[in-house]
Amino acid sequence: MPEALAATPADFVTAPISLRRRITDYLATGAAVSAVIMVLVPLAAVFGYLVYRGIGSINWAFLTQTPKPVGEAGGGMANAIAGSVLILLIGSTVGVPAGIGAGIYLAEYGRNRFGDLIRFTADVLNGVPSIIVGIVAYGLVVLVQKHFSALAGGVALAIMMIPTITRTTEEMLLLVPTVTREAAYGLGVSRWRTTLSITLRTATSGVITGIMLAFARVAGETAPLLFTAFGNQFWNWRINQPTAALPLQIFTYAISPFDEWHRQAWAGALILIVLIVISISAVRIAASRGMLKGAN
Amino acid sequence: MGVGIQVDKLSAWFGKTQALYDINMTVQANHATAVIGPSGCGKSTFVRCLNRMHETIPDARATGRVRIGEVDVYNGTSATHIRRRIGMVFQKPNPFPTMSIYGNVAAGLKLNGFHDRKRLDEIVERSLLASALWEEVKDVMHKKSGASLSGGQQQRLCIARALAVQPEVLLMDEPCSALDPISTGKIEELIFQLKERFTIVIVTHNMQQASRVAEFTGFFLLGKLIEFDKTEKIFTTPSDKRTEDYITGRFG
Repeated sequence: MPEALAATPADFVTAPISLRRRITDYLATGAAVSAVIMVLVPLAAVFGYLVYRGIGSINWAFLTQTPKPVGEAGGGMANAIAGSVLILLIGSTVGVPAGIGAGIYLAEYGRNRFGDLIRFTADVLNGVPSIIVGIVAYGLVVLVQKHFSALAGGVALAIMMIPTITRTTEEMLLLVPTVTREAAYGLGVSRWRTTLSITLRTATSGVITGIMLAFARVAGETAPLLFTAFGNQFWNWRINQPTAALPLQIFTYAISPFDEWHRQAWAGALILIVLIVISISAVRIAASRGMLKGAN
Repeated sequence: MGVGIQVDKLSAWFGKTQALYDINMTVQANHATAVIGPSGCGKSTFVRCLNRMHETIPDARATGRVRIGEVDVYNGTSATHIRRRIGMVFQKPNPFPTMSIYGNVAAGLKLNGFHDRKRLDEIVERSLLASALWEEVKDVMHKKSGASLSGGQQQRLCIARALAVQPEVLLMDEPCSALDPISTGKIEELIFQLKERFTIVIVTHNMQQASRVAEFTGFFLLGKLIEFDKTEKIFTTPSDKRTEDYITGRFG
């Protein structure tokens, strides 16, 4: 556009925007929009397809009954839902405090070789295939206890949660400005108290995001549960007994030759996703409420 | 009541870099003492050595002797104990972002294990009155976050927070450098009132400010205390050529 280039500063503001710039603008906006679509379409597709295949098999019996023997119609995954809740509870009880503690150490005290070693270990652990984590939990818990258990499954999931929580907690704590810590030190507040009541408090929402990421990731894990929680066709509430879990049940049913079980596997997958969404939302809401309360 | 500060042969390092060289200074109780000098001359490091804030930086250390009243800062007491007796106000207002206005002022007491609600209410009110913020926030102090205030208000909130733990000395590290002239005026007025009850050490880049609020002024250059005297003397008839050059604007 020679005219546009020759434009004097006087009509710089009023001159029409050149065609090239308008095209670039459209292209950039279009690229951003299509990136969003590329993210949302698979998400919506997966969820939509799960609803389409699974919703028909979800009924009261599915949510309240244990599996029926092969060949009998009906039955449900109630024990697997309960088992998943139990195993995730154990995993979070072990994994969340350990992860947060390690994250605090790295952010506040870990500016040294030992800290670097932990950071490296956490990153490697993050990349370890989940089946291997299962084998480790098998060796640590199942072999010692002499049988499969919810505890072993929980430990396996905890091992998978810890590196994610550790690294996100560290990053989030490091985002809290030094001046905020100094404000507390300046008031004569001890270091550990500052870390817990000021630094961690300020970084809460980021730390919770890390916990939720780790939680959502392990909630759908099947491989680490195969030879730890093992699965169970009946109710079990004891943490030292083999326990059913949704991913295990889905896996077993999905590779079976029976149509009825296939339908139940779809329903189980849908329930799993819904449970993850519900627990993440619940934690988010609780955290925001808690934060408002803590502000006074 | 404020107490005096006696500094003997104070030196400070960041790793291998020496930031302060053998500083000697006597700060009078219940007076304001200004610390001036060009950027990087060690002013901030100096005040941060007075309450052992310097050592919170990795690899930083200090030698020499600092006495606050009868207390030897570097011998026989913990850093947290010292910092409870010496309030600090920082260059950038730094309220605790997750706490309400009330929570910010009460933070120093609460985090040190003091939870008597009635006494806390009194102390918060008295501190906010002392920092001239009470009228502006008294109706919203439980609801609004400390971070929602304007910059000048935040700085007065930080002053109230420092006063709430009832220190004997108040260290101010360029408390007005991020503030507009009106807020600066308010803080300076405040310093005038506060020095009746506290000993104040204020770091400032603004020489007019030093002459307005402080009875004594120390001039730092390259980590050394070049001259320390009555403010009037420093700004009218300094005895060192370098001080004269600095205050007349020939460098710095």
